[in-house]
Amino acid sequence: MVESIVLSGVAIGCIYALIGIAYNVMFSASRVFSFTAGTLGMLGGILGSLFILRMGMPIWFGFILALAGGALLGVVTEIVAVRPVLKSLDQHLYVLSTLALALIVQQYTAIEWSTEPQPFPRIFDVARGGFDQQLWLPMVACAITIVGLEVLYRHTLLGHAFLAIAEDNYAARALGLPERNLRMASYALAGAIGALAGFAGGQMLLAFFANAPLLTFYGFVPVALGGMGNNRGAVVAGLILGLFQQAANFLVGGIFASVAVFTVFIIVLLARPDGLAGASVGRRV
Amino acid sequence: MTEMSAAQSRPARASLLGSHAFVAALPFLVLLIVGLTLPLFAGGYWGVIATRACVYWVLVTGLNLMVGFAGQLAIGWVALLTLGAYTTSALAAGNVLPPLHPYLALAVAGAVGAVFGLIVGLPALRLRTFYFAITTLGFATIVTQIALAWASVTGGGVGVPGPIFPPPFDSQWGFYYFCFGLAAICTWMTANIAASRFGRALTAVRDAEVAAEASGISKPALLVTVFLFSGAVAAIAGGLFASLQSYITPDAFTIDLSVLFFIGVLIGGRGSILGPLLGTILLTVLPEFAAPLVAWSTFLYAVLLLVIVLAIPGGIADLLDFKNRRPLESNRAVIPRPDLLARLLGRDRDPGALTLEGVALSFGGVRAIDGLDLEIRPGQVHGLIGPNGSGKTTTLNVISGYYAPQRGTARLNGTELPALVRHTRARHRIARTFQTPRLVGEASVLENVMIGGTIDGNGTFVESLLSLPRHRRDEAKLRETAMLALATVGLESLAAVRADRLQHSELRFVEIARALMLRPAFLLLDEPAAGLSAEEIRRLGALLVAIAQTGTGVLLVEHHADLIFDICHHVTVLNLGKMLAAGTPAEIRSHREVVNAYLGG
Repeated sequence: MVESIVLSGVAIGCIYALIGIAYNVMFSASRVFSFTAGTLGMLGGILGSLFILRMGMPIWFGFILALAGGALLGVVTEIVAVRPVLKSLDQHLYVLSTLALALIVQQYTAIEWSTEPQPFPRIFDVARGGFDQQLWLPMVACAITIVGLEVLYRHTLLGHAFLAIAEDNYAARALGLPERNLRMASYALAGAIGALAGFAGGQMLLAFFANAPLLTFYGFVPVALGGMGNNRGAVVAGLILGLFQQAANFLVGGIFASVAVFTVFIIVLLARPDGLAGASVGRRV
Repeated sequence: MTEMSAAQSRPARASLLGSHAFVAALPFLVLLIVGLTLPLFAGGYWGVIATRACVYWVLVTGLNLMVGFAGQLAIGWVALLTLGAYTTSALAAGNVLPPLHPYLALAVAGAVGAVFGLIVGLPALRLRTFYFAITTLGFATIVTQIALAWASVTGGGVGVPGPIFPPPFDSQWGFYYFCFGLAAICTWMTANIAASRFGRALTAVRDAEVAAEASGISKPALLVTVFLFSGAVAAIAGGLFASLQSYITPDAFTIDLSVLFFIGVLIGGRGSILGPLLGTILLTVLPEFAAPLVAWSTFLYAVLLLVIVLAIPGGIADLLDFKNRRPLESNRAVIPRPDLLARLLGRDRDPGALTLEGVALSFGGVRAIDGLDLEIRPGQVHGLIGPNGSGKTTTLNVISGYYAPQRGTARLNGTELPALVRHTRARHRIARTFQTPRLVGEASVLENVMIGGTIDGNGTFVESLLSLPRHRRDEAKLRETAMLALATVGLESLAAVRADRLQHSELRFVEIARALMLRPAFLLLDEPAAGLSAEEIRRLGALLVAIAQTGTGVLLVEHHADLIFDICHHVTVLNLGKMLAAGTPAEIRSHREVVNAYLGG
C-alpha cells in the first residue's frame, strides 16, 4: 500500500514538476508567469490521444507532433499574450492576457475534442505489472528534462544566451543578443516541456480538457514553493506535493485531499512568500 | 488683479462643477428609470435576464472595488458567490439549524461572505500578483469540491433548493424589484466610496503604492475593509442567485462565471462605476442575442478579455471619457502663488528638529550611508548634494521609513521614528516627493492632490459608504484645501484634467501640491528641479523659500548647484555615504575638496 502511494505520488509529482519547469522557463525569459502552463500539459495529453489513437499515427511520430504542438502554443503565447504587455509589466496585464489565451485554448478543446475524458494510448507494448509505464513514464520524462536543461544551460551557447537574458535583460540586449528570438525560443521550449508532461502523464490523467486548470494550479505550487525560476527547487517541491497529495488521498479521500493540499500550500506560502529556499529581494524607491 | 479674476471665476466654476455632476449622474438615472419601468415593456423572459444582470451586478460592485480600484486580481471571486448561495439555501431549508427566515439567511450569508472575503483576500497583502490570482482560483475550485462532498448540507451533486422570499417578492417581477433595489443600493454605495478618500486611496495603492504610504495610507487596513465589503455583497448576490436559479448544484458555479464577472469589470474600465455596470449588463444580455453560440460563450468571453487587455486597456470608461479628449492649451505655464501658502499651511507649527544620528546602511557589500549625522530645522531649507550614488536618496528613504538603517536612528524632536512603518510618517507631518513623480495617471489632478490629505478625513468607511454628513464635510474640506494647494503651486486651471496628460514639469508641481496637503512640518524633496526649465526652477526656488518661511523644514536633494546655493540656509555634501562638508552655501562654495570634486574650479 505504502509502495503504491509512494510510486503514484512520485509519478504525479514529476508531472507537476514538469509543469513547474515550463512556468520557470517562461518566467526566466520574460519575468512573466503564464496561465497557459497547465494548458500545455492538457494539450500534450489530448494531442497524443488525437494523433495516435484517433488518427492512427505511429507512436514516435505522434509524440513528436504533440511536442511540436506544445511548442507552437508556447510561441503563440509569447506573440499574442506576452510580448504586447511586456512594456507595462507593473500593470500586471500579463495575468489577464495569458488567462484569456489559456481559456480560449481550453474552451476550443472542450468544444472540438470532447468534454469527457478520452483514453490515452499505451506507449510501450509490455504487460501490466506493479510498476506500470503510467508510473515510470513521468519519472523518466522528468529526469530527461532536468538533465537536458542542465546540459543546455551549462554546455551550449544557446543555453548561455538563455541564462544571460534571464539574468539581465538589458545587459543581454546591449551585448547584441537577439532578445526577442531568444524569448520566443524559450517559450517554444517551455511549450514542449509542458506538452511532454501531459504526454508522459497521459495514461494517468487521460486526454481531458479540464486537466488544464488543474495542472495550472498544481504545477504552480512547485514554482511557488521551490522559488521562482529555480528548476531543482521545482522538482523537489513537485515530488513533495505529489507524495503529500497521494498520501492525503489515501488517508482522508480525494476531495479533502485537495482541501488539505490547498490549505498547506497557502499556509506555507504566507509563511515563506519567496518559497522554501527563496530569499526576498529588496524594493527600490 | 489675479485675485479679482479668481474671485470672478468662482461662481462660474461652481455651476460648471454642478453640470458635470449632473452629466455624470445622467446615465445612472436613465438606467434607474429603465430598470423601474421594465415590466411595462419587457416580457417575462427578459425579466429573468434583467434579474440575473442585477444579481451579477451586486457581486461586481464589490469586485470592482477589489479589481478596478485596488488592482487586486481576484480571479476566483466566484467562490464567494458559491458560498453565499449555499449558506442562504442551507439555512433557509434548515439543513443545519432549524429553518431560518430567508431574509435572515441572506443576512447571515452576507456576514459569512465578509469573513471569507477577508480570508480569500488576505494573501494579497503578502503575495505577488500572479500568486494571489492563483490562490483565489484554487479557492474557487476548493469551495465547489466541498459543496460536492458535504452532501448532508449542500445536497452534494443532487443540489439544494434555493430560498423563496416571502410576498411581495415571491413573484417573478416582485423578485426582480428586490434584486433591482439591492443592485441600486450597491451602485449608490460603491459610487460613494469611489468619490471618497477611500476610493482615491485605493487607486493610489494600485498605481502609486509608495506615494500612498507617504501620504499616510495603510494598505492593509484599507484592503481589509474592501475584502469585507466585497465578500459580503458577493455572498448576498449568491443568495439571490440561488433564489433565481430555484435549485443549485455545484456545476452552476463554474470558473466561467468568475471570468464573466472579471471581464465585466475590465470591459468597463479601471476606477469607474458606470463602465463595469454597462459591462455587466452587456455580458449578461449578449448571449441572448447569440443563442446558437451558447456553447461558445466562455470562448467568446475569453476572446473579449484578450482583445480588451491588448487593444483597449481603459475599457468602456475610457471610450466614454469625452472631456479628457479635448486638447489642452499648449503654451501653458506653471506660476506658483506663494502668497496663498499662509492660508494653506498656517504658521503655528514648531515640531522641533528632524535629526539623523550615526545612520549607517549597506546593501549587500555596498555602503550606501556610512555614519551620517544630519539636522533639519524648521523654517530652513537644507540642501543635500553629492554625486550619483553618494546616498542622497537613501538618506531620504531612511527618514521616510523605506529602509531600516543597520545603525543609528532618525528622530523627530528627540522621539525616535520607527523604521519600515512608512505610513506613520504622514501623522508626524513629514511629507515627500519622488525622483520620478508617483501619481495615479487615470485620476484627475485634483483627485491626486486630494490623496495627500487622506489622513485628515474624520469619517469612517461606513460613513462614506452611506454618504453620511461627516463624509460630506470631509469631502468638501479636502476639495477646498486641494484647490487651494493647486492654486498655490499654480496648477488650478488643470484641476479636472487626467494626471497622465500633464507635462513632466507639471507633475513635479502636482507632487508638491499633494505633499502640501499634509501641512508638512518637514518636506522632503527628491530632485524636484530635474527636467524643469530655468524659468521653472526659479519659480520652484521661490516657492520652496516661501514654504520654509511658514515654518516648514525643507530637505532638498538636488543636482542643480545654482538652485541649492540660491535658496538653502544650510548645505550638506555627501560622498560615498559620508559627509564631505557641511555649512552655509558660502562656506561650501569655497570648500576646496567640494569645489575640486564636482563644482568645477
